[in-house]
Amino acid sequence: MTHEELTAYLSSRFPAAEISQGKQYVEMTVAASDLHSVAQQLKEAKEAAFDYMVCLSGVDYPDHIKVVYHLESTSLQHLLVLKVKTDGRENPVLDTLSDLWPTAEFHEREVYDLLGVKFNNHPDLRRLFLDDTWGFPLRKDYVDDVHIVSR
Amino acid sequence: MAELKEIIISSDNIKTDEYLVNMGPQHPSTHGVLRLLVKLEGEIVHNVQPHVGYIHSGIEKMTESLSYTQIPHLTDRMDYLSAHMNNEAVVCVENALEVEVPERVKYIRTIMAELQRIASHQLWWCATGMDLGALTTFFYGLRDREDILDIFEETCGARLTLNYSLPGGVMFDIHPNFQNRVKTFIKKFKKILPEYDELLTGNVIFQERSKGIGVLSKEDAIAFGVTGPSGRASGFSCDVRKHQPYSAYPLVKFNEALGTEGDTFRRYQLRIAEMWESMSIIEQLIDNIPEGDYTAKMKGVIKLPEGEFFQRVETARGELGVYIVSDGKKNPYRVKFRSPGFSNLFAINHIAKGWKIADLVAIMATFDLVIPDIDR
Repeated sequence: MTHEELTAYLSSRFPAAEISQGKQYVEMTVAASDLHSVAQQLKEAKEAAFDYMVCLSGVDYPDHIKVVYHLESTSLQHLLVLKVKTDGRENPVLDTLSDLWPTAEFHEREVYDLLGVKFNNHPDLRRLFLDDTWGFPLRKDYVDDVHIVSR
Repeated sequence: MAELKEIIISSDNIKTDEYLVNMGPQHPSTHGVLRLLVKLEGEIVHNVQPHVGYIHSGIEKMTESLSYTQIPHLTDRMDYLSAHMNNEAVVCVENALEVEVPERVKYIRTIMAELQRIASHQLWWCATGMDLGALTTFFYGLRDREDILDIFEETCGARLTLNYSLPGGVMFDIHPNFQNRVKTFIKKFKKILPEYDELLTGNVIFQERSKGIGVLSKEDAIAFGVTGPSGRASGFSCDVRKHQPYSAYPLVKFNEALGTEGDTFRRYQLRIAEMWESMSIIEQLIDNIPEGDYTAKMKGVIKLPEGEFFQRVETARGELGVYIVSDGKKNPYRVKFRSPGFSNLFAINHIAKGWKIADLVAIMATFDLVIPDIDR
């Protein structure tokens, strides 16, 4: 699907979502409560068929954490950037997508490890790289007195 | 005698307990500091839990306080065997700035990337042979890889962490000897590569240990995000060079090697096939390198426009994704590297279940893991 077709399809299917044409790809922002149902439809609908999760990243902003999913369809060759904001930074919680894309299980563990986002229904939510005594280093307010990583 | 009889009769009821074995962090077949917590029943693998993070160096955090010209120097420390392909991720910065790099740069980058791919596959091939007990392969692989590293050294002064690509172009022009040396190497390696097949591919022990072992279906390869030769062996057409071509890849003709079996042997064969394809790509480009500048004119301080950028490049292990969030300053707000090794590693539990522990070594070998690529 071209970008225009994909935008048209998504806006008719998900009227509540915020859809925009980004610099490179179509971007869609959904509410945290809709994340799992939207993702499931994106994966299962024939017109969308996003079966391959390319990348899952977390970005820390002053008042929320954004989790960004790059989804691709291997049959239709289109790519979508799905974004979701957490409710605040104190106790950010999202639904897991690891039941839809198994690769998300480990990417979510990484986001939990480095940014402290918890994922509901995750089969094995443990820290991945660091041990439990560390804070969440990819947060902007993280201070490390020993290993100086920021100026 | 009565006691012995009792023991023999009761042996039917003996059950083997499941037990846990740590494979690594210093196990030779993990090729680095990776620990696999393996749950075994006798020799049968029931579960594999990878424990990573031994060499987590916080590259993503470091990038937040570095400039766009400094960051490429960290990328070749991730997957050090595909250093040049990781450097090539600066295409992301160029696209964001809408800078058109000179044709010459595209040619040089592609040739270097394909040389790097051959070098990486040579090292993979020799290490795979060694993992499965064939020591001779190690000498063959390292001997031939030396030729490529010498070309790299002459071109940019480094053999392993090249730091050759920078935003806008490459660091130096190619050496006057470059074309001749590459052509000599290709001519020589075309004669040597069939020897690899004679030495290992046809070996009965090797085939017995790899054919039909550790099968990954196409659906699972997509679901677990297994890319690169490992994913293509299962039939997952995931070559970024074909689907979203960058640098000089739109100009060359090459086949995306694909398999259907998805077993250890197919993953092995696919990398051998990729070396042939890489040589063909280099041959198409090496005589046609256009004259011109080796770098576009760039500002001293690079500032990306506000926004989010995503670029994918094909490394020797699979798809490297670079996701940059910029707030318009000279440092990025956030950089995420989607490394191919990370996704590939976590499919191992799914594949290795039910196979013997020796098969786990064979499966790991054909997944070609590089640990700094996983830990970052």
